[in-house]
Amino acid sequence: MSVSEELLSELQAICGTEHVPTHRHQLRTYESDGLLQYAQIPGAVVLPGTGEEVRRVVAACHRSATPFVARGSGSGLSGGAMPVKDGVVISLSRLRRILEVDLANQRVVVEPGVTNIAVSEAVGPGHFYPPDPSSQIVCSIGGNVAENSGGAHCFKYGFTTNYVTGLEVVLPDGQMVQLGGKGVDVPGYDLVGAFVGSEGTLGVATKVTLRVVPSPEAIRTLVAFFDSTSEAGEVVSELVSEGIVAGALEMMDNLAIRAAEGATNAGYPQDAGAALVIELDGSEHECEARFDQVVEMCEHGGAWKVRVAADEEERALIWRTRKAAFAAMGRVAPNYYVQDSVIPRTRMASVLGKIEELGEEYGLKVANVFHAGDGNLHPLVCYDASVEGEPERAEELAGLIVKACVDEGGSITGEHGVGVDKKQYMPSMFGEDDLATFQRLRCAFDPEGLANPGKVMPTPRLCGEVPGPYRRHPLEEAGVAERM
Amino acid sequence: MSSTPATASSHAPGAQEELSAVLREAGEGGASVRFRGGGTKFHWGAAAAEPDVELSTLALDRIVEHNEGDLTAVVEAGVRFASMQEAFASAGQMLALDPPLGEDSSATIGGVVATADSGPLRHRYGSVRDLVVGMTVALSDGTVSKSGGKVIKNVAGYDLAKLFAGAYGTLGAILQVAVRLHPLPPRTATAVGVSDDPAALAAAANELTHARLELQSLDLGWQDGQGTVMARLGGATVADPAAEVAGLLSRHGLETSVDEDDQALWDGARAAQRSREGIVVRVSGVQDQTAALLERARELDAGLVTRAAFGLSWITVADGDAVESLRRTLAPSPCVVLDAPAAKREALDVWGPQDPGALALMKRVRERFDPAGACASGLLSGVG
Repeated sequence: MSVSEELLSELQAICGTEHVPTHRHQLRTYESDGLLQYAQIPGAVVLPGTGEEVRRVVAACHRSATPFVARGSGSGLSGGAMPVKDGVVISLSRLRRILEVDLANQRVVVEPGVTNIAVSEAVGPGHFYPPDPSSQIVCSIGGNVAENSGGAHCFKYGFTTNYVTGLEVVLPDGQMVQLGGKGVDVPGYDLVGAFVGSEGTLGVATKVTLRVVPSPEAIRTLVAFFDSTSEAGEVVSELVSEGIVAGALEMMDNLAIRAAEGATNAGYPQDAGAALVIELDGSEHECEARFDQVVEMCEHGGAWKVRVAADEEERALIWRTRKAAFAAMGRVAPNYYVQDSVIPRTRMASVLGKIEELGEEYGLKVANVFHAGDGNLHPLVCYDASVEGEPERAEELAGLIVKACVDEGGSITGEHGVGVDKKQYMPSMFGEDDLATFQRLRCAFDPEGLANPGKVMPTPRLCGEVPGPYRRHPLEEAGVAERM
Repeated sequence: MSSTPATASSHAPGAQEELSAVLREAGEGGASVRFRGGGTKFHWGAAAAEPDVELSTLALDRIVEHNEGDLTAVVEAGVRFASMQEAFASAGQMLALDPPLGEDSSATIGGVVATADSGPLRHRYGSVRDLVVGMTVALSDGTVSKSGGKVIKNVAGYDLAKLFAGAYGTLGAILQVAVRLHPLPPRTATAVGVSDDPAALAAAANELTHARLELQSLDLGWQDGQGTVMARLGGATVADPAAEVAGLLSRHGLETSVDEDDQALWDGARAAQRSREGIVVRVSGVQDQTAALLERARELDAGLVTRAAFGLSWITVADGDAVESLRRTLAPSPCVVLDAPAAKREALDVWGPQDPGALALMKRVRERFDPAGACASGLLSGVG
């Protein structure tokens, strides 16, 4: 758990001694991200203050062949920012300047440590930045770029990748490149698109250009309570077949309702089988016309009660209750294991049935909180870590849930990323040739495998030399000679 | 490569495995390969040598899945774009991508993805990169691999579809894509504003880009001394908001009208992205260049269509000097040549100047995916 003295003093020279914490208790702060199951004390931590310092830090790591892990706010849920033993954690929390608010062109240029919410705040109320992960108050744009973060509104508005137009990136060899810009469809490969969601394995973004959009004119929100998730699911299907694209479609099952109600006292019926949050946004005309239709659909679909938010305060309560569901699980069980699988939305009823069956088989409760529009489930497997064997059983059950989702044509992760947590499941989605092709991209950016190694890919792999007529001479690699 | 025959051999495999086998054979034999769909954009890219082998995707023409309830579809590369849209439309859905489809509407989904072409719907729904959720490709060493999936939300593995979208086939062959679909709007209406004053047109379009309206499309066109702003509403209620938009346009001094039978208007906007005789330059600009761009179009007597909210424009000029003059005045916004008559293409710098660091990285990417340099060589200047 250390790096060489030489590298440490180099890091200190670059960033200043005060930005290279060395006490063990300081290093411990960085041992895991939001997924506490995975921990590793890093060899060193460095907090550069500028993009140029990041570049020099990465170059120093490269020279000494030391692996590094870039870290934003540490709120990730896949162990993506878990340190590497004997590696360097590059914390970007000091790079938190909003460099440019170019409203005329609907672009904002930020450093990676800026929080997600700060972007919307910088351009509001006329404009906003749509991707809104539940952790948006603390999570950083750099982390969002690494994970391609989504959020409750991404069914309609899309993900981080749909809003990043330009990046300044420090490549793992310490070279800084500009990818994309403020414009779209720039010539050549879409390296911005390849970088977003690469989970820190292709380099470190030091500057991010984001697209912001006009805020919707109207927002209408309701929560409807049903006997069962399958009844609520039917309403979602009807909405979709009517061509209604809701701003958000969120569902909670009974266990999640009870936990969340305990946290916010929103007055949700404790015996409801499902709560469905529907939010429409857009132009006043369209919103009004569609909202009445949606209320009617819920009532026809068997809703006991449809609660329409009368004002911003009531809307905020609905959202607070939904977003409280994760944290409130403590009321139901001492520990939980969260998954992030995605299914084709139409398979929801059968997959939820399967999850219930598996839960009974394992004698563990599973709460479901999910983005119903895009089929992104967040099953929360509840367990008690103090009971011998229960954590292992919970993990095994979580794994079976992931497999059930993939078997239905889904994905192992919709927004949390693969990280260390889900890399074991990658072979259930991708064959050996698929994984080897991913590795080609990795090798183009990071032939030495220094950037966040041990993440994403299920087994470690190395980059061979480039075969064939295009092999580059070492002098070319070093930029000393150019072939043409 | 000199040992291969001068005349291209053509293949149109009827199965994905067959296409990948022909590609591998070519790659191993040192032959150069080009992929061809409908052929409507086959001349795009830098002027390149004739390939030894031409691989047509036209026999890969199956709509593999259309999952109506999930708003997704899986289609093979050679599917005609227009017939695919008809199939989706019969379920009240669309792939929200409307590039010009060329002669006889023969463009294929594979060709549209490989060139990352787009149309007016981009305003609301994004581009190829935003709508393709999964892809299967064949590489020149015979590898067939998939990335992404067929659900609309998925972050497992690298997003290789983005890399292949707009790569012009230089990384390998696109065999199949999974796409996200959207509901067709029940009604549409378009507010139109006409003027010959570039400043008024640009101001009106820019105000609309910031308006809290959910427009389907927002274009600004210029042709023969006159400009047009077109804003399309789509949804359950379109007449009132279209009238509001028309009101906004008229406050900028534009002569306005509202058209509820508006398809022909938008077909016109798409057609303005193509030219048989002229040189079409795509400008990746920003919104506040719109006025300057209109001025340039007026001076050069050039046709122009701009996706106003993105600053993305297609401008049709007469010669290479005009291309270079656009690059000078609009720098650093990239200006890429799309259509150009064969006789003029040779002398044109199709891609224009690019960031050397990014270019070097692109080269490294290509070397990893197509180490033999077999695929679509020469189309992307400086990369392969």
